[in-house]
Amino acid sequence: MRLWLSILVISAANSVLKATGPLVLGDRRLPFVARRVVALMAPVLLAGLIVVELVGPDWHGLDGPQVLGVAVAGLAWTVRTPMLVAVLIGAAAAAAVRLL
Amino acid sequence: MSFRADFADGARQSIGPAAATLTLGISFGAAAAAAGWGFAAPLTFSAFGFSGSAQFSLLATLHTGSALAAVASAVLINARYLVMGIALNESLEGGRGRRALQAQALVDASFVVAHRGGGRFDVARLFGATVPQWSCWLLGTLIGLLLQPDPELMQSLGIDVVFPAFFLLLVLEEISSRRAAVAALCGGGISGALLLVTEPGYALLAATAGALVGLLSDAEEEPA
Repeated sequence: MRLWLSILVISAANSVLKATGPLVLGDRRLPFVARRVVALMAPVLLAGLIVVELVGPDWHGLDGPQVLGVAVAGLAWTVRTPMLVAVLIGAAAAAAVRLL
Repeated sequence: MSFRADFADGARQSIGPAAATLTLGISFGAAAAAAGWGFAAPLTFSAFGFSGSAQFSLLATLHTGSALAAVASAVLINARYLVMGIALNESLEGGRGRRALQAQALVDASFVVAHRGGGRFDVARLFGATVPQWSCWLLGTLIGLLLQPDPELMQSLGIDVVFPAFFLLLVLEEISSRRAAVAALCGGGISGALLLVTEPGYALLAATAGALVGLLSDAEEEPA
């Protein structure tokens, strides 16, 4: 019961969080300055997610092969390797290091 | 482009991140099975909660004590959707209710895929990108529940690289100006520093402050 109630509350809260901005703002446009901030939200959130994913709480999740794999994927992408292939190269690099 | 073409474009661009979502879903399903959550609860959570970070958070904290604290922590992790919803709103159509409904398609990957630059988002691409994300998350959960793969095996295969690597490539695509690069560095730096003293949810929410770089920069330098 505790589990199901938790699932229900989190799912509902998730919907409310997504809906709040549109419900409050409606068709009102943000001021120009705010739009400049909004334009940067995607790269900022992605960078935050990468760091959270790689280092974890208290930096205890930091794992050398994982960081190396992600860096290799980034390098592969910068030399115009397709995205999916670049990620697979990164995963293979991490797997290879862990095998050593 | 028509709605259908933009939708298909969003779905196509989301295939890579969806593959990462599939692997993460498998991890979640396997971990939920190991935690004794049964079959229906994890699947329902993935279908309606549809949030890896919140779901993993509940999985990690529910058995450790207060359910209220566990739920609060999982909700906090998703607080970024409040900011993202505000960012998205101007690109949505219709009245408040219709916009709120459209915003339900918002997830991290679709937010990025739908971004046209300059703070403008394409709703059709948002929907198109969310469909494979949701399908793969649900399918991954199901596979994880059924097969329950060993987490160590997945790590030894480098599967743990897939999710952050896709996000890295997406952010590299997003960085189209010096201002965007500085903002991304600020966001990463803020979340990294705060992870030393607080939970990931707070760290992620605070990372959005990196976008305030937009207040300081030259108005002539607009992102593409």
